[in-house]
Amino acid sequence: MDTKRTTFNNRLLPYLLLAPQLAITLVFFIWPAAQAVKSSFEREDPFGFSTVFVGLTHYRQLFADPNYLDALWRTAVFAVSVTVLSMMLGLAFAAAVDRLARSAKVYTTLLVWPYAVAPVVAGVLWWFLFNTSTGLLPFFLERLGIRWDHDLNGTHAMILIIIAAAWKQISYNFLFFLAGLQSVPQSLIEAAAIDGSGPVRRFFTISLPLLSPTTFFLFIINVNYTMFDTFPIVDATTGGGPAQATTTLVYKVYQDGYVGLNIGSSSAQSVLLMLIVMLLTFVQFRFVERRVQY
Amino acid sequence: MFKKLSMAAIAVALSATSSLAATEVTWWHAMGGELGKKLEEIAQKFNESQSDYKVVPVYKGSYPETLTAAIAAFRAGQQPAIVQVFEVGTGTMMAAKGAVYPVYKLMADEGEPFDTKTFLSPVTGYYSDTQGNILSLPFNSSTPIMYYNKDVFKKAGLDPEVAPKTWKEVEEFSRKIVSSGAAKCGLTSAWITWVQTENLSAVHDKPFGTLQNGFGGVKSEFSFNGPLQTKHWANLKKWQDEGLFKYGGPVGGDQAATMFYSQECAITMNSSAGRAGVINNAKTFTPGFAPLPYYDDEIKEPKNSIIGGATLWVLNGKEKATYKGVAKFFSYLSKPEVQADWHQFTGYLPITNAAYDLGQKQGYYAKNPGSDIAIKQITRGTPSENSKGVRFGNFTQVRTIVDEEFQALLANKKDAKQALDSAVQRGNALLREFEAANSN
Repeated sequence: MDTKRTTFNNRLLPYLLLAPQLAITLVFFIWPAAQAVKSSFEREDPFGFSTVFVGLTHYRQLFADPNYLDALWRTAVFAVSVTVLSMMLGLAFAAAVDRLARSAKVYTTLLVWPYAVAPVVAGVLWWFLFNTSTGLLPFFLERLGIRWDHDLNGTHAMILIIIAAAWKQISYNFLFFLAGLQSVPQSLIEAAAIDGSGPVRRFFTISLPLLSPTTFFLFIINVNYTMFDTFPIVDATTGGGPAQATTTLVYKVYQDGYVGLNIGSSSAQSVLLMLIVMLLTFVQFRFVERRVQY
Repeated sequence: MFKKLSMAAIAVALSATSSLAATEVTWWHAMGGELGKKLEEIAQKFNESQSDYKVVPVYKGSYPETLTAAIAAFRAGQQPAIVQVFEVGTGTMMAAKGAVYPVYKLMADEGEPFDTKTFLSPVTGYYSDTQGNILSLPFNSSTPIMYYNKDVFKKAGLDPEVAPKTWKEVEEFSRKIVSSGAAKCGLTSAWITWVQTENLSAVHDKPFGTLQNGFGGVKSEFSFNGPLQTKHWANLKKWQDEGLFKYGGPVGGDQAATMFYSQECAITMNSSAGRAGVINNAKTFTPGFAPLPYYDDEIKEPKNSIIGGATLWVLNGKEKATYKGVAKFFSYLSKPEVQADWHQFTGYLPITNAAYDLGQKQGYYAKNPGSDIAIKQITRGTPSENSKGVRFGNFTQVRTIVDEEFQALLANKKDAKQALDSAVQRGNALLREFEAANSN
């Protein structure tokens, strides 16, 4: 087959065409990131009158701070729980909708709606549902003998933000899984059906393995989502409390930097967060991708 | 890292609205809702009273958000002329000498009359430097008082006109209220940090920190883990277990007001500025107002309570004409009729003696029983080093820590002593951080 390739005669033109994207990356990503790295080595008063180079002091303090190490562990629990929960539910919904012939479109539309909800609103919604004095769910939980109190019970608070964050992400996972399922070759499924395997077995032996690229992609996206984009949910529901039980790494960056005006430590935390995400992405691509069947 | 940029962008966008005939004076504030409307009305009246200056109030969100926005704007060279900073941020602002144009100096430079003595002494005491100069203009100051539900008191067989005076009475009354079924809970409280820790210490003349509660410099350390505070926190925990006390949540404890309005709790403690809200929301019952309770075995004559609220700070880096306008506006704000109007509308304290006198002449306090409780409470006795106020750096974060430790206490993770010890220890680490950042 004859592939047509675009060639540039002008050597400058490709760079010119790239320039807007590069400028955006530089201004909005590289520059602030470099600033954060710089101020993580400095101690500065909030107004920026005196800046002293302090080397690794902020990093050393962070790793000696049990609160930071707790936040690290908590974030891991939060990220894994949200990712697993929202991906499993997204997959379950996708598998269910995939089997529908006529009403699939209606269900797809309805299931995608939560994604359009802003994170803050999602947080507030669940906060209302779980509100200890006026909420609907604590009312029913009380009948089951559970006294719901996320204002004081750290485990309850964590469950609350996991549910709110996962709920919002289900739609996204659902869409990708549905697209993945629909691109599974029909011939394979039919062949298996003829060989006598039922729908459940077909799902686990054919669809699921063929979905692994999608699963892998979603895993990265979801972990990154819980690490960075869940700030509004935490802020609107628990505010990081009680007693820091829901203070994730990104919320701590906000608490220390924005509320506490401790720019140096906050920057050091941002840098560590960047490193964690870089490492995770690297590990995922390097090791997980190898085992993925394309 | 992104927030710095975005805040700078917002600052640019907001301050690019000037260039009219009259010199504009931007005023960033944190008063939402009814209070915000009243504040805008004050600015508008000033603008109508003369034609040279135009004060433009801009609502910037909560107190911490306003402070952070102002700092970010200052770093970007886009600061407002006036910014309203809550009392917790006083330590931060005082340490930022290069950013602040002290009010006493501004008024002297612009030849506006400004006499410290006209202000209520607890208010000036809180906001003066060690030489007694006022660095920021007191605007909205409040102090916590007790609110109670007279109808519930009656139902429980208590005299609705007699509020509990001591903590022992609070406990007894609460027990009676709960056991008689008059209400589900006896007591709740807004601001565990400000009311049940800082003010508790002041009223009982116990230190909150060393070096005159931090007024003596940035080398101070916290000491609020003494026997009194431990006893009080242990009591609150005990009362929670017994069902007498209900936690209103961290920071401002918004749920305390909700539980009081819904008659779930019979007594609450909150800022005197909550008075208007209580009157508006207490549709189905009669609220009562009283001073904060105290432990009569700890102190016979309780000291004055300390203030909260905010002051107006003037930021450096503006043109001379702008400062002239700021000075004129501050003179206008300090007028007795402006002050009295604001005080009577909001429940904040009258800042000047003249405003208080005016209110008395108008018969306001006689007509509105309970409206002068805050003033009487804050001016009683002679203020001691322990009741003058508190001034610490990084204090917003320290309050978060105190909230967290209180939650740990209520969740059975720690006892009162352990919680307070841990709060002091973690708070001191932040004080050393602040000392290091502000001593070079």
